[in-house]
Amino acid sequence: MTASRAPEFASLVEIAASVRSGERSARAFLAQSLDRVRHLEGDLHCFNEVTVAAAEADADAVDAMVRSGLDPGPLAGVPVALKDNLCTLGVPTTCSSKILEGWLPPYDATVVSRLRRAGAIAIGKTNLDEFAMGSSTENSAFGPTRNPWDITRVPGGSSGGSAAAVASGMVPLSFGSDTGGSIRQPAALCGIVGVKPTYGVVSRYGLIAFASSLDQIGPFATTVADAALGLEVVAGHDPMDSTSLERPAPSLLASLKDGVAGLRIGIVDDFLSDVSPECGAAVLAAAEALAAAGAEVDRVKIPELLLGLPAYYLIAPAEASSNLSRYDGVRYGLRVDGPDAETMNARTRGAGFGPEVKRRIMIGTYALSAGYYDAYYGQAQKARTIVIRAFEAAYQNFDVLLTPTTPSVAFPFGAKVDDPIEMYLCDLCSIPSSLAGHPAVSVPFALSPDGLPVGVQVLAPALGEVQMMRVAASLERAAPPGVRGPVTP
Amino acid sequence: MSETERLISPGDVRHVARLARLALEDDEIGRYASQLSAILEHVDAVRRLDTANVPPTAHPFPVENVLRDDVVTASLDRATVLAQAPLAEGDCFQVPRIMGEAP
Amino acid sequence: MTGYETVVGLEVHCELSTATKLFCGCRNAFGEAPNTNICPVCLGLPGSLPVINRRAVELALRIGAALNCKPQRSIFHRKNYFYPDMPKDYQISQYDEPINVDGFLELPDGSRVGIERAHMEEDTGKTTHIGGGGRIHEASHSLVDYNRAGVPLVEIVSRPDIRSAVQARAYVDELRAILVATGASDGRMEEGSLRVDANVSVRPVGATEYGTRCEVKNLNSLRSLERAVDYEVARQIELIESGQRVAQETRHWDEADGSTHALRSKEEANDYRYFPEPDLTPLVPDAYLLAAAAEGVGPMPAQRRRRLSELVSVNAELATRRDGSTDQVGTVVDLGLDDLVVGAVTAGADPRLALARAANEAAANPEAAKKLDPAAFAALCKMESSGQLSATQSKEVLAELMSHGGAPGEIASRLGYEAMDESALDKMVEDVITSNPQEWQRYCGGDEKVAQFLLGQVMRASKGRANGKLVAAAFVARRDA
Repeated sequence: MTASRAPEFASLVEIAASVRSGERSARAFLAQSLDRVRHLEGDLHCFNEVTVAAAEADADAVDAMVRSGLDPGPLAGVPVALKDNLCTLGVPTTCSSKILEGWLPPYDATVVSRLRRAGAIAIGKTNLDEFAMGSSTENSAFGPTRNPWDITRVPGGSSGGSAAAVASGMVPLSFGSDTGGSIRQPAALCGIVGVKPTYGVVSRYGLIAFASSLDQIGPFATTVADAALGLEVVAGHDPMDSTSLERPAPSLLASLKDGVAGLRIGIVDDFLSDVSPECGAAVLAAAEALAAAGAEVDRVKIPELLLGLPAYYLIAPAEASSNLSRYDGVRYGLRVDGPDAETMNARTRGAGFGPEVKRRIMIGTYALSAGYYDAYYGQAQKARTIVIRAFEAAYQNFDVLLTPTTPSVAFPFGAKVDDPIEMYLCDLCSIPSSLAGHPAVSVPFALSPDGLPVGVQVLAPALGEVQMMRVAASLERAAPPGVRGPVTP
Repeated sequence: MSETERLISPGDVRHVARLARLALEDDEIGRYASQLSAILEHVDAVRRLDTANVPPTAHPFPVENVLRDDVVTASLDRATVLAQAPLAEGDCFQVPRIMGEAP
Repeated sequence: MTGYETVVGLEVHCELSTATKLFCGCRNAFGEAPNTNICPVCLGLPGSLPVINRRAVELALRIGAALNCKPQRSIFHRKNYFYPDMPKDYQISQYDEPINVDGFLELPDGSRVGIERAHMEEDTGKTTHIGGGGRIHEASHSLVDYNRAGVPLVEIVSRPDIRSAVQARAYVDELRAILVATGASDGRMEEGSLRVDANVSVRPVGATEYGTRCEVKNLNSLRSLERAVDYEVARQIELIESGQRVAQETRHWDEADGSTHALRSKEEANDYRYFPEPDLTPLVPDAYLLAAAAEGVGPMPAQRRRRLSELVSVNAELATRRDGSTDQVGTVVDLGLDDLVVGAVTAGADPRLALARAANEAAANPEAAKKLDPAAFAALCKMESSGQLSATQSKEVLAELMSHGGAPGEIASRLGYEAMDESALDKMVEDVITSNPQEWQRYCGGDEKVAQFLLGQVMRASKGRANGKLVAAAFVARRDA
């Protein structure tokens, strides 16, 4: 590992305070961010698009508000990066796919609107595995993103660009999406904090859908507190999303310092055997640290959770196969011509989608097709119920659960991309909570012998974000130095 | 041919590709058949599960009756939308001739 | 008879009269400039999500209730297929858990057709085929307008209980009247807010198994429906009689040709891969929804026909009477004039007369007729019944009342329709008797037929002003004197 510690941004709270008080301008923070981007983007390729002019205009507007005595909001002047599957009005949104190359959404995702209203400065759209399908960002149609800790290795996926942008100190806050682990896994591989909220806590309106019953938007940051604030700003009921829970945003910051005394924490035994030694060891070390901080720690076996991966790889592709039908060359995006509409559709989709997307569309179509629905999709939805019930039983005895975030640390480019199953196994530990709609967070806790980051995952029951982040904050305090970003490659 | 390869045949691949309107090259079909078969074998545990008396979960949370009022809201500007169309003719989206009737 | 039984099931798609579309706030309006009522949701833009229109649910429940269905917990499903008029290339519809099930529709003749389900779904956009005379197969390309995409529909599926083309027509006619009466739809076939597809099969009389059915589409009017069913039945019988099998297929009705032909679509299995819509939550018809659905809904056509029939004492026996009273009941209810007649009868008008005037004369201008004050209408009827006005005069006063308003008595006066002076009437009767001695002799001898002639002579002389009843009475009086 050749990376070195990078200059850090101040915390989000400090940045906003500084901007709101006029002590430092939004433009100054933006310049700090863009400077870093220019310095490293050639090596890392975090972004599909950097929107310099728009960001400068937004920063000017925030500074003008401050001068007029108005409050720009809790994220005033904070540079933020957005995964390129979040719709941004007038800014290309591609899902890192040729089929949407150059598409300009005529509207902002709800999360994007809320960030703007909070005074955040969006600096660009980050790279991802095409249509959020992947665990390494190697499936991007526009080239992979590199891990700031070691540029011969993947940053994880699918939100690799957003993770690397925070992990390399380009921005203090970014947003990604998580369907089976696409925030948590890159967070772990990049040594930063990544949160997937309870399903329905953050609006999906404007998130380009992969698997509708699983997708959630969440923050990346270098600290638990920053991730908590980022989540607070975007969370809360949205009438434009029928699956959005009718609750206000959770209030997380205040209880981060409360510690873990008396909390019951369960180490999920079933995941410890399928993971690399450093990933397993990190969980055990984390458990010890929490016990030392006053928590009741114990082991628990929840073998049903292992059903999660196969169930997910039927449910997610099935929903995706339907969600991606709309890319047909008629209304937007790529069109490859043909003598008739049907041929035009097929050629467009054949040329516009990469191999992983095609594989998932085909598996999903198969799982839903006549004669196979009951055996595949139907069974998978029942397996999902089994996973949910197993969690319910476990949470009778525990407040949160602890697992590795990923089975291994960041792997070299090309190591898994030719073997879909190998790639899918990266999501082993993150999938079950996705199926259940439960929240989860990855916290950097250790380094591998090669100096690569290792993350530990905290799981909580639905709407358990408060205790989950409390535990995460405790872990953060107990973690040794040097395990988290930002780093310079 | 191994058991795995038989799970999804090249014919199956052609069938789902047709349902999903995906044009595939002939030389890709065999490779997709193997890969999809491997995936199906991997998820076979689910197919074999005993799920008697287990209901399916469509939504993580049992919410019902999420509705909105019948009130008009702003529509999009047509020019903006048509500007994104691969091919527009006048005020409409243009497509090559359609072979089949709508179902 | 051919020895074959006609079996028809009808699928009717009905556009709901909501202000906005099913899943978004775009206007639900017909005939507007293309692609002006679109938004990320109904255009299916990446990232968009549907949210159900409450009013559409209420109207769907209302339709279900009017068709005697059972409302139930329902969910939406995705019906996956590719077509340019489908922005998402799947349609959000309902599959095996629809909102209304197991009802029936009662036809005017008292027969019932079972309703299997009445479910909710979104409409598609519209494609126009360019080149080749607008026919899809000769077109060079097509243009798509998404204004209609996302408009709320209720699809009403009947059981295969219909046994003739005439009954099929009556079913759609009554269904349309019901839909309009509920306020759920304006039921305009010509505008496409009511669309009908017919599933037609035949089987030998007495058979219990159904024959192979064909779906017939492109039925743009009631007349097309009736003709198409007749044609299709004949076609299928001919096939069977000549030893061939009826192929299960979709056929297109050609109005100009008067025939159906199979759609030459690509060999493509329609595997819709239905699965529950993950972006929407289930619908539970709770007390609020059911109350809102029922609010402000008046009685259905069948009920209104019954009420009117009872009032006018029309019953089944009278169905064949020459005065056609039952037809009049149907006409009056169809035009929404039954409240007028009921109101007039309550105010003392003769029921048969009120019914006849409403069905025959007021019907000429139903919009104006609906605005008539039942008391005024009653007063006019009484003037006619009492002999103050002749039938002809009464009709003229009614016409005037409808076009310019006013009061019947005042109008009659203005038009000079006072009851004729008795002595003037007497003189006319005398004159006619004097001028037609032979006819008078025959009348006095008991010839009733010549009475009409004599009456007519008086009417002519009085230029219609004479009251027929009074004239007839005058003749009788002289004959018997």
